[in-house]
Amino acid sequence: MAASYFDVDGTLVRTNLIHPTLYYILNQQTPVQSFGKLFRAALKAPQMALAELHDRRLFNEMLFSSYEGMSRDRLQLLAEDAFDAVIKPSLYPEARSLVQRCRDEGQDVVIVSGALDFLMKHLAEYLGATGVIANRLEIKDNYATGRLLRPVVAGPEKAKLIREHARAHGHDLDHCFAYSDSYSDVPMLSVVGHPAAVNPDGKLARLANAYGWPILTLERS
Amino acid sequence: MSHPLVVTLDRRSAPRTIFAGDRLVEVDMPAGTRVIYPRPPLEALKDVDAAIRYAINHPYNSDPLHAKLRPGMKVVIAIDDISLPLPPMRRPDVRERVLTIVLELLRDHGVDDVTMIIATSVHRRMTSDEIRWIVGDKIHAAYYPDRLYNHDAEDPKGMKEIGTTDHGEIVELNKKAVESDLLIYVNLNLVPMDGGHKSVSVGLCGYKSLRSHHNPQTMRNCHSYMDPKTSALATSVERMGKLTNKALNVFTIETTVNNRMFDKPLEFLHKNEDDLSNAEKSALKALTFTLSKLPQSARQAIFQKVPSPYGVTGVFAGETEAVHEHTLKRCYEQYAVPVKGQCDVLVTGIPYISPYNVNSFLNPLLVQVMAQGYLFNLYRGAPLVKKGGTMIITHPCTDQFDKEHHAPYIEFVHNLLPETRDAMELHKRYEHKFASNPALIQMFRTGHAYHPAHPFFMWYWGEAGRQHLGRVIVVGADNEYIPKLLGYETARTMTDALEMAKDTAPSRSPDITMLHCPPILMADVTA
Repeated sequence: MAASYFDVDGTLVRTNLIHPTLYYILNQQTPVQSFGKLFRAALKAPQMALAELHDRRLFNEMLFSSYEGMSRDRLQLLAEDAFDAVIKPSLYPEARSLVQRCRDEGQDVVIVSGALDFLMKHLAEYLGATGVIANRLEIKDNYATGRLLRPVVAGPEKAKLIREHARAHGHDLDHCFAYSDSYSDVPMLSVVGHPAAVNPDGKLARLANAYGWPILTLERS
Repeated sequence: MSHPLVVTLDRRSAPRTIFAGDRLVEVDMPAGTRVIYPRPPLEALKDVDAAIRYAINHPYNSDPLHAKLRPGMKVVIAIDDISLPLPPMRRPDVRERVLTIVLELLRDHGVDDVTMIIATSVHRRMTSDEIRWIVGDKIHAAYYPDRLYNHDAEDPKGMKEIGTTDHGEIVELNKKAVESDLLIYVNLNLVPMDGGHKSVSVGLCGYKSLRSHHNPQTMRNCHSYMDPKTSALATSVERMGKLTNKALNVFTIETTVNNRMFDKPLEFLHKNEDDLSNAEKSALKALTFTLSKLPQSARQAIFQKVPSPYGVTGVFAGETEAVHEHTLKRCYEQYAVPVKGQCDVLVTGIPYISPYNVNSFLNPLLVQVMAQGYLFNLYRGAPLVKKGGTMIITHPCTDQFDKEHHAPYIEFVHNLLPETRDAMELHKRYEHKFASNPALIQMFRTGHAYHPAHPFFMWYWGEAGRQHLGRVIVVGADNEYIPKLLGYETARTMTDALEMAKDTAPSRSPDITMLHCPPILMADVTA
């Protein structure tokens, strides 16, 4: 059996990692707490912008530090609301049918995202995906420390995690598919036999053209 | 005595100028070579709108269109896509004229629930501009995209099975069309293999139905595609069409065009090179030289961006089979040239265009479709070339593909053909898996790519030719790799190719025939 590995932000949904994080920041227990977190995030914005340009992993770690101090219960409690309010409305119109088609072909569908696992589980459930590879927050005494557990899901690490997943589930990577919108996911696309660029950025589009990879849009033109 | 359009060359004859992709090449053919030229364009109808009105009011084997209408009914109009004619015709396209009159009639009879579907089957989706070209600005503005759109053969909710023929062929069609009260089909019939039952039962179907006849075995049993009576493909489609017409209320409108592919400045391309005036000879030389110097994109633009001045030669309406009989008659009147005797070596140029590369490049798989598919099959009676004979083609066979339109072709040519060229093997081992590739299906559904089954169908399209021909030799290829993948030999010049062909010719003194097209012609071959 083959598997399809899907990146999420920009591939299946229009949003990126910032949108759900912002939702959590704005939905703290009190407006004062929300304002405080927003203020601290704003201070870190220039550093995060730089990190995004150079190292996706570093960017993820800086962004998710905004979750520091949130309780496990609250993270879980808000996850469904955040999914309904932020992620679900941003799904590309054809995302669900593409995932369904992969399932109809008997493939495992695995979400591979730098977003947080408790959010991605809702997305996987909604789309009918069978697995999730996503980032996990470190929790101590029921509160998030703001750090990510290793391995951090980003860039080349995604390729390694896909290899491990395929090995563990008996998938032949030559028959597997991977979908992403971003040049930073070239390692993940390169490990499978059937890579596809979805709504690709300029660099990925050029690469996909050069190698004859399919270029998909999940909206009708 | 041979027909005036079949010219036998002698030692004083001028070189022939034929297409090699989007270039023209001069070839010296030996004395005794027969060259078959297309018929001159049939005279176009003087008043096309009047002919359309007459046809829908005086249909064959059917009530007039107005008598089939009642207020509040659901009408679907299915329309041939832009793969016909080639190149696209100058505006207004005859489909726009038909639609304008039909929509007016529907309005006058209180029929408001009207949907128009471009009958693409598993062809790529037409762009908004391409649809506008076919239906005209007014209709496009009023209906696109909500009530005028492309057929989606892979929409799980948009297809409906209506039955199975006694040969086990599943008929699955566009659900909107199936559930309509009246389905009007507006066709543009370029060649005899178009139209008839093929319009609805292929144009609005999906992979499940196409598999019944788009397979190597059916293609092997076609003699030829252009003669429905001897085509297993047409026979299968007819069975499915009969079942369709029992289940659906279909009103067919077919139109024919002449072969005026080139406008006045290029009209000399129709002619015998020995009959050209001095001015025409100079123009031909200038065109050949210019094309040899221009970059590929500019050559493509010259030929593909300039619409053809086709003239409408017939409009026929009513019940599908009765209508198509008249359409076929008009088609043969335009294309059929009587030819006595088969040849050992068939020479032809491969032009820049096929039904499957409108607004894109004729890739290597389509070169094969043009050679062993279309051009080989341009006959009635016996094939133009003897069994085991050789086909010599001129084309660069460049390893180039349109990355969007022909995305599935790339994988087919570079990953599957190196494994095997055997159509049966490709069909059995690879087709089903490839045709359900979710990424390629998505490109087909939301982008402008051909369906992933299409490259297989294109390979099968050449199957009758592959089975019949002994060899294919390509002159002017810019690489060795692609011809080898396609199963072709290469020669540097036409003289070399002819020498090679003579070695294996079925006759001791081989007869050579050249098919001088485009414009389109077909040979009515008798022994």
